[in-house]
Formats: sequence, structure tokens, C-alpha cells
Amino acid sequence: MSTVQQPIPTARLSGAPVAHAQNGALAREVATYLAVGVLFGIVIVKAQVVSWYRIQEMFRFQSFHMYGILGSAMLTALVWVQLLRRLGARTRTGDRIVIAPKVLGRGHRYWIGGLIFGAGWALTGACPGPLFALVGTGATVFLAVAIAALAGTWTYGYMRPRLP
Amino acid sequence: MLWSWLRDPWPWYVTGPLIASFVPLLLWLGNRPLGMSVSLRAMCAAMIPGNVEFFRYDWKRTGLWNVALGFGILLGAIVAVTLLGGGATPAISPHTRQALSALGLAAPSGLVPSEVFTWRALLTLRGAICMLGGGFLVGFGASYAGGCTSGHGVMGLATLQLASLIAIVAIFAGGLLTTYFIVPLLF
Repeated sequence: MSTVQQPIPTARLSGAPVAHAQNGALAREVATYLAVGVLFGIVIVKAQVVSWYRIQEMFRFQSFHMYGILGSAMLTALVWVQLLRRLGARTRTGDRIVIAPKVLGRGHRYWIGGLIFGAGWALTGACPGPLFALVGTGATVFLAVAIAALAGTWTYGYMRPRLP
Repeated sequence: MLWSWLRDPWPWYVTGPLIASFVPLLLWLGNRPLGMSVSLRAMCAAMIPGNVEFFRYDWKRTGLWNVALGFGILLGAIVAVTLLGGGATPAISPHTRQALSALGLAAPSGLVPSEVFTWRALLTLRGAICMLGGGFLVGFGASYAGGCTSGHGVMGLATLQLASLIAIVAIFAGGLLTTYFIVPLLF
């Protein structure tokens, strides 16, 4: 699974330095991914994948735009993953790069969850990444959409033991 | 020259590979798989875990990074709109313009139609269904399916996961059914 910077072992001698070291590591982690997010946000806005119009166009098969983006992203990512595997690449902290496989099981959750998610995507024109992005573009009402998405996530968590 | 090129819309063959480049970047930074649905679970766990087992996990370790990524995306979108012309109206196909105008929508302006996606529209039935209903389904579905467009569509398919193939086909089916049967009822 994922790796986080380890706390300094010697700091275990007393409580406070541990918390301090961990907070520092967390702050660095947040700053790092915040910066990556800024770049990702710029790319997805300029790609127009955050636009309700583009999503409608895609589901109506009336333009190549979204298919071009998703298709080329998927193929390029596939090449990257193969390269990383063949080269035995490591993370910046020297760990092996591990991609946890999705557990298939009976596959229920993927097709039921996918159907539900797809319906929501067509209505809002936004999947989770674009939800954040749209607020930033000035469409602040997507805060309400994001809160609804959190409510949906929470409801899923609550119902999870009883879902197929 | 470069500046005006950056402010123009970026073509799909530039943005697709750019999106893909975040896959090796996130793996190199800390073995993180590209995806955004983790952030929804982590935010629930951080704010309203209740007594729900799904939200009782070490979200700081496995989810905080994704929340940070999300807020970074928000900031990046501000940069894209203020500096890079990211708020320009997409040049969508004339067929789609026609279809949307047949549904009673004005000509496209901005990234989202202002008749549907404003605070005021939240009080209308159509606005509430599209934004609150749609948002709910996005959150529920992405968590149930264990991934969204980026997690399954890019990362999952790129790593040849059968689960992601099933998810992406289902996502598409759900989107098509909604576009052709639900959207016309709402507009």
C-alpha cells in the first residue's frame, strides 16, 4: 500500500517529539499534493473536461474531444506504467513502486456503482476532480454539489454492510 | 506567442498525455494511484465519521493526500481561469448546441449553463435534481465503485484491471441512460 515518511525512530523516547515529527511530515505531504493539485487543476480546466457542455457532447457522441482526452490519457498512462515496471522504478524515498490491484470479487460493486456514478456524472457534468475545479472557476454553487457528493459518500458508508 | 498559445484552448492530444503524466508523478511521490474518490471518503471520515465502520480508518495516512490534491485542483482552477483563459466557452459541436437548444437552453456561455448551475437555480426542481441529486449519485456511486473517471478510467484501465473495465462500461451506460431518458424529462 502507500508509504508515508516514517517518524524519526529516536523521537519515540517521548511523546511530544513524535507528534511534532508526524505533524511536520503531514504538513510536507499536504504541501506536496497541494502543489501537484494546482498543476492537475490547470490541466483539467484547460482540457475542458470540467465543462457540463463537454460531458453532454460526449454522451451524445457528437465530438471526439472527450474520447481523445480519455483515450490518449489511458494509453499514455499504460506506457508509463509498463515503463516503470520494466525499469523497476522506485519512489523518491526509494520504495518499490506498487500498484495495488482492484479486488474484483463478484464484480457487483463495479457495475452497480458505475451505473450510479455515471448517472450523477451526466446530471452534474462533474466527477470528483472537476467538483473541486468548478468551485475554483467561479461556479461556487458546485460547493453545494460537493456537499451532496459527501452526503452520497456518507450514505454509501452507512449502507455498505447491507449492499450487495 | 507562447503566452497566447497557452491561453488558447489546449487540444486533446496535449491534455490527454498531460493528465497521464500525473500517474508516474504520483507513484514516484509516494506510491499514490491517480484518482479523486478517496478524498470524498477521507473528508467524511475527518468531519462526520459517526459510528460508520467505512469512515473509521486512518484517513490522515491514506486519504489526506487526496484531499490536499482536491484543494490544489481548486487553486489550479483559479489560476487557469484568471491567467490562462480557462473560463472560455468550449467550442462544442453544432449538433450538441442544437440538441441543448431544443431542450430550451441558451447558447453555451462559460463552462456550465447558467440556467442550471447557479445558487438561485438550486431552489428549482430541475436545479435541485441536477445539482443535489446528481452530486449525491456521484458521491455514492464513486465510493461504491471504488473509483471515478480518473481512478478507473485512466489509472485502472492503464493497469489493465478487469474491475475498471466493468466500472467504465457501467459508468458510460449510466451516463447514456441519464442523458437520453432523464435529462429530456428535466429540461
